Amino acid sequence: MAEERTIQIELKHVTKRFTTKTLGEVTAVNDFNLKVYEGECFSILGPSGCGKSTTLRMIAGFEDLSEGEIYLSGEPVSIKKKNLYVPPEDRGLGMVFQAFAVWPHMNVYKNVALPLKVAKVPKEEIKPRVMKALKHCSLDGLEKVYPSDLSGGQQQRIALARAIVINPKILLLDEPLSNLDPKLRETMRFEIKKLQQEFNFTIIFVTHDQSEAMALSDRMMVMDMGNIQQVGTPTELYNKPINKFVHSFLGQSNFTQVIAENGKVCVKGCTTPLPVEAPKNMSGEILLATRPNTIEINHSDGYKAKVIKRVFLTDFSQYLVDLGGGQIIRIQTPHRNIFRQGDDCYVKFPSPMWYEKGEEDDAERAKRMVI
Amino acid sequence: MLMFDRKNKDLRRMEGKKLNIDTVMTVLCFVLLIIVAICPVGMIVYNACWDTTTNTLDLAMFKEVLLQKENIGAMKNTIVIGFMTTLIATLIGVFFAWLLGRSDIPMKGTMRWLFKIPFMIPPFLGAMAWDIMFSARGGYVNRWFMSTFGLEKPPFNVNTVIGIIIVEAIYMFPFVYNQVVAALERMDPTLEESARIAGAKQMYVITRITLPLVVPAISSGMLLVLITSLANYGIPSMLGFSAKIYTLPTRITERMEAANGSFIGIRQATILSILLIIVVGIALIMQNRLLNVGRYDIIKGKSMRPTLIKLRKAKYPLLIFSMLFLVIVVLAPLAMIIITSFLKAYGLPIRLENFSLKNYHEIFFRNNTVATAAKNSLFLGFSAGFICLFLGVMLSFVIYKVKPKGRGLLEFMAVLPYSLPGTVLAIGCILAWSGAFKINLYNTIWIILIAYAARYLSYTLKSCSASLQQVHPSLEEASRMCGASRLQSLTDVTMPLIKPAMISSFFLVFLPAMRELTTSVLLVGPKSKTLGVTIYQYRAGGHISTASALAVVTIAIIMICNAVIGQIVKDRKGI
Repeated sequence: MAEERTIQIELKHVTKRFTTKTLGEVTAVNDFNLKVYEGECFSILGPSGCGKSTTLRMIAGFEDLSEGEIYLSGEPVSIKKKNLYVPPEDRGLGMVFQAFAVWPHMNVYKNVALPLKVAKVPKEEIKPRVMKALKHCSLDGLEKVYPSDLSGGQQQRIALARAIVINPKILLLDEPLSNLDPKLRETMRFEIKKLQQEFNFTIIFVTHDQSEAMALSDRMMVMDMGNIQQVGTPTELYNKPINKFVHSFLGQSNFTQVIAENGKVCVKGCTTPLPVEAPKNMSGEILLATRPNTIEINHSDGYKAKVIKRVFLTDFSQYLVDLGGGQIIRIQTPHRNIFRQGDDCYVKFPSPMWYEKGEEDDAERAKRMVI
Repeated sequence: MLMFDRKNKDLRRMEGKKLNIDTVMTVLCFVLLIIVAICPVGMIVYNACWDTTTNTLDLAMFKEVLLQKENIGAMKNTIVIGFMTTLIATLIGVFFAWLLGRSDIPMKGTMRWLFKIPFMIPPFLGAMAWDIMFSARGGYVNRWFMSTFGLEKPPFNVNTVIGIIIVEAIYMFPFVYNQVVAALERMDPTLEESARIAGAKQMYVITRITLPLVVPAISSGMLLVLITSLANYGIPSMLGFSAKIYTLPTRITERMEAANGSFIGIRQATILSILLIIVVGIALIMQNRLLNVGRYDIIKGKSMRPTLIKLRKAKYPLLIFSMLFLVIVVLAPLAMIIITSFLKAYGLPIRLENFSLKNYHEIFFRNNTVATAAKNSLFLGFSAGFICLFLGVMLSFVIYKVKPKGRGLLEFMAVLPYSLPGTVLAIGCILAWSGAFKINLYNTIWIILIAYAARYLSYTLKSCSASLQQVHPSLEEASRMCGASRLQSLTDVTMPLIKPAMISSFFLVFLPAMRELTTSVLLVGPKSKTLGVTIYQYRAGGHISTASALAVVTIAIIMICNAVIGQIVKDRKGI
């Protein structure tokens, strides 16, 4: 479906390296190739220090590239080899920053009118366009007010109105909702989506909040330690995570250490095979990844395990179940099949996923937190 | 049993039946502040309005003094110099603040270091150096121009109002620079980035976003320059006396010295002092207004490295310009003083055969001036530092923790001497401590000490109270709960917590006291000369090269103290 759509943003082999005094060279963004299509809402998701903000700032033009090329609407804006660099003000983008960045010395009207003023839009056109943008962001009637007299949510709307007033083709959002309280976040999310449908912006949305990304985006990208982990629709990423990182980053995960041999899979340290089909091209010590809400738990059918704890949560029950060998998993079910602590139970894994047993590199992760 | 005992003691304390540490401190604060602040100010007002020979209120003299031609001229000069200095210093300060805070100009470290030098060299020494270089009568730079280009007349003349303005601006622009560069560094960079992404060009961002956002910082720096310039004595006296250009502070000192103890002369000086207080007072009120107006909240969001603006083609021309400027205004005067200090006599051409160590020999061995002056200045610096520290800690404790009635008055009294121009404070001290209250300290070092203590008290008060306000009351309450008395919690909990602030505030007093001139020039006696005054008197007596030698020694002492302090403060930061 994507093929016939116009490419709006394209990154080719984009790499960014920083040199820090204490840590030496750190690769913040490593060889990115990415296409974002017109009218798409594309989110970049990852933990702090993964390079997502750097990626966005390179697209905006605030950071130079170490290598690679960036194209916006087919036009080259950054090409390292040719030393081509279009400054941010000439890229025609709209952008909303995490800290809102509304100018405290200008009232709401002037904040929103500035992009039109510097674009030399005729005076008589400015007012109706500002008013329209303010209306879209539910700010009408507040033109004369200064930002410091407004709430966080209203300030964020000013930032949004300011970003859309020039009708940009591309809108960049840098964690725009993380400074708002949860309720407002939901409303703003809805409003951004509404605006996008109305104006057909291409949105790049940077966030560390998975539910935000899931709710807003058509496609998303999970990145970690400067590398793209997986790109796809939210459902693809949730249902078919390509590796352990993506699995654990989206939704809840259980990772069980298992040993796969001769078409059978056993929990590490146990001998009873698990009631699952063994993975095709993996063997030895591997990881079984499951979602707590997909595991079936009952009184008679499946792999025998022991309930070690039950927590009654509002909408579901959560069990901690010992599979033997010290491997404990979480299971979430509706309030049926009531088990008590110490009961035997039987579990089945309808949709297992298998990953290589990877080592977490905590030192590398800590190092990246600094940049 | 013990428990009840303590409870009873506290109850009695609450009813105020027993003299306790809080009451003692409060009373002590009031008494001491009345001595150091109210007495001098009161004596000035009293002398200005009261004719003691006839014992009547006499306001006619106000009119007479105000209408004197010389005084009107001095007033005009003070205001012209004050405003022009502020304007030029602001332009220079903002320019360099932006260059160092926001652009990618190289050699920032060197430039930052150069900016510190004007703070270390007392401005009157700088003025002396400028006089040596650009005086119309035999300034070395003037002579070089005349001989090189065959000019008939000297091209520059620093002994003019314009000369004074330029030299003052050079020594005061760091006030603006420091305020603005700090504001720029605290500023959320996305405020500028959001303007760039909205399509604004670099220049537009600077003039419409960055500068308006740092307007509060600019204006507080400006007012600091204005107040300093209005009350400045060193520069206009060094440059203006020879050309008969007077400002209010120099005119007051001149009247005071010319009066030679005569009552009329002293009254004239006090009336001029009141005039100066009014001028400076207006500026101070403006400053207070400005500080109270809500500032923009420009510090927000996650801290990110601000993107430095690429100067591209302008980079090297700007670098050369700034370095040249800094070398001329910072290093050249320093070099000039050093060269002059080695000359056999001031006025001789700068040639190797005219160099000697005669001046150093003179000040070190012939009349041990250095020893006396350095001893006096060090004594004054240390004792003023300790007195101010003690008073400052006690005052801030009383004001912010004990909170007695009239603490606003306490605060006002503590800041009052600081708001007075140094010249006025000196006159107040002379009037108060030359026997008016049966105590005569005139011509001794003690009168200088009292003046310094009054003048610098607000430094320690500000620094200690800022730190004390951060100590949450619960910390002390916790120690009281553990059974410590009020005094014990003060010494065991509160004091250690504000120790870093105490140490740095001591040096805030010590350093300026070491190089003080304005107040001491009126207060010194034959045996209580300070470094500043000794240099000043050598120069006034025409011994410019001897004055330079002593100036070099003074600068060296100040720099050594600075380095030592830097080391101490750096070590303390970890606590």
